[in-house]
Amino acid sequence: MRSALRSLVAGAVIGAFAFAGPAAAQQKVKIGFISTFSGPQGVMGQYMKESVELAIEHLGGKVGGLPVEMFYGDDQVKPDVGVQVAEEMLKKNQVDFVSGIIWSNVMLAVEPVVTGAGHIMVGTNAGASPLAGAQCNKLYFSTSWNNDQTPEAMGKFLTDSGVNDIYVIAPNYQAGKDMVAGLKRYYKGNIVEENYTKLGQQDYQAEITQLRSKNPKAVFAFLPGGMGIQFLKQYDQAGLRGQLPLYTVYTVDEISIPAVKDAAVGVYETRYWSPDLKNPANQRFVADYKKKYGKLPVFYGAQSYDGIMLIDSAIKAVKGNLKDVDGMVKAMEKADFASLRGPFQYNVNHHPIQNFYLLKSVKTPSGDIEMHIQKTIFEKHKDAYYQECKMK
Amino acid sequence: MASLLFEQLLNGLQFGVMLFLMAAGLTLVFGIMNLINLAHGSLYMVGAYLTVAATQWTGSYVAGVALGLAGTLVVGMLVEVIALRPLYERDHLDQVLVTFGLILFFNELVAIIWGRAALFASGPSWLSGHIDLFTGSRYPMYRAAIIVVGIVVALALWYVVTRTRLGMLIRAGATNRTMVAALGVNIRLLYTVVFGFGAALAGLAGLLAGPIYNVQPGMGELILIQVFVVIVIGGIGSVRGALVGAVIIGIVDTLGRAFLKPLLGTLISPPAAESAGPALASMLIYLLMALVLTFRPQGLFPARGG
Repeated sequence: MRSALRSLVAGAVIGAFAFAGPAAAQQKVKIGFISTFSGPQGVMGQYMKESVELAIEHLGGKVGGLPVEMFYGDDQVKPDVGVQVAEEMLKKNQVDFVSGIIWSNVMLAVEPVVTGAGHIMVGTNAGASPLAGAQCNKLYFSTSWNNDQTPEAMGKFLTDSGVNDIYVIAPNYQAGKDMVAGLKRYYKGNIVEENYTKLGQQDYQAEITQLRSKNPKAVFAFLPGGMGIQFLKQYDQAGLRGQLPLYTVYTVDEISIPAVKDAAVGVYETRYWSPDLKNPANQRFVADYKKKYGKLPVFYGAQSYDGIMLIDSAIKAVKGNLKDVDGMVKAMEKADFASLRGPFQYNVNHHPIQNFYLLKSVKTPSGDIEMHIQKTIFEKHKDAYYQECKMK
Repeated sequence: MASLLFEQLLNGLQFGVMLFLMAAGLTLVFGIMNLINLAHGSLYMVGAYLTVAATQWTGSYVAGVALGLAGTLVVGMLVEVIALRPLYERDHLDQVLVTFGLILFFNELVAIIWGRAALFASGPSWLSGHIDLFTGSRYPMYRAAIIVVGIVVALALWYVVTRTRLGMLIRAGATNRTMVAALGVNIRLLYTVVFGFGAALAGLAGLLAGPIYNVQPGMGELILIQVFVVIVIGGIGSVRGALVGAVIIGIVDTLGRAFLKPLLGTLISPPAAESAGPALASMLIYLLMALVLTFRPQGLFPARGG
């Protein structure tokens, strides 16, 4: 009698789980979003999260027609922490997709964990070259770029406009060397000197004195985050801004401009996106972002917004059947969504084929400092690694 | 070449002065109170933030600086009374744990109040110009002002510590705390004053750093490691050592960044120098510290009686 009762209860419990399980999973999509939310770099994660929330709001609180549950994880700029967060999302929270990630080294650690578990990973910033080339994966999609592309555009622009004798400054780490390599792929002029500074360096006065003594015609800098803010301030204080043209990548953006104000005016950047890009999706995004958060969005956010839209398009294509991973991969390859950057196609390595523009930070009549598009440098630009990608 | 060297020496001196302002407070607190304060960088950050906020609020740079300094002094004293007092009798590991906790506390507090994005901080307009150097180059007035402030602070510290009654008590307290207390001096109050004073020095460094560096949560930790190198080289607890150590570090670091790569290029092949130069330049001050620790573990100017 007792054993019969026990089996009955057990059967009921198992039955309840067996029936409730798939039904619940069908009703809702779970997305894990990993970025950096703490420490000095936490501000980038904050812009990304705000953009993700705006994307979900634009989709009426649903992604792919399903109610969405978001899980945000802080990687603290550490690959091991990123892996830990991703594993927790996959095992404990049972997420269907993982998105986000700013840093290439974190991405290289996290991507195998997610795709290895059979889930789709949508990278919304990190542009590590191995993932565009030899280590590409059919479950990995990027809504950003390959690291080399942005400096390639700058190199092309400098060559086309006949700028010669440039001084190059970048931090002494992998991405710094990659950026300079990307620049050189298209820059055919003379480089006076390449100066690799300490990662996280605060004071650039010694470098500024050094570069002035070399009499370059222009300066190319890749100094992301706080390094860029410091460099821009010090370049301005040294009286070089306006005297010696400054061409940068990932140095002047909507995060650094409020911190340096006039010191950014007149500095050039190359980028695939800008708040003043004229297309309906972007105009709506920028206007609503400004209204909701009281500031301009930044490209980190635009990519993250696109990531949600990409996932949305994939789930819609398989009519909410989240088990159909192959179907969703096929749908994503079509990039059937209105990207904030306008024209957007996927290359065979699941990295975007996109335009790159020359941007200049200008002071508007109302006194604000904004990045404005000056011209198109590349149309439908492919990264340099896609031929190495043998996707299975 | 000579003019370039002069300019780089000036840059090194200025960087050294910046480090000295930070190191002076840290080394005073350690020398007198025997307290390892990892949160010194947080007080640097508090100084920068309070000055930015006060400058915006009052619309005047001078008033902003005054309020920022006073504010950091008060914050420092509060930290001493609330968090550090129970720690004097404990060993250094406990102090490290608590002051590390304070770093996390202050970084999050600042992020909650002002947000995580870097704040805009500018110096006064009357310091925005340049000085024409005899080398034909221009030097930012603001950086020249930092050098002047550093020299004034060094002189003032020397005067207070060696020529005033307060300085006498400070030195006595550092040598024998129990005896000073037995002679009827309120040693607890003295410690609070010294800590507040050290905090204000950190705040001064922070507010001076605002217009050239990044005013952001966690800004203090970026400079703190170099400051620790300075006080290890100079001799822990010695203000004189902090001054000499800071100037040495400032100049060695600057000259290393500027000249090491071309110098190496004459010795080894240029491509090898290209990769070894920057790596070696960023290690230089730590190599120097290792050398000092090997041959003179007490530092170049050990505190007397410490």
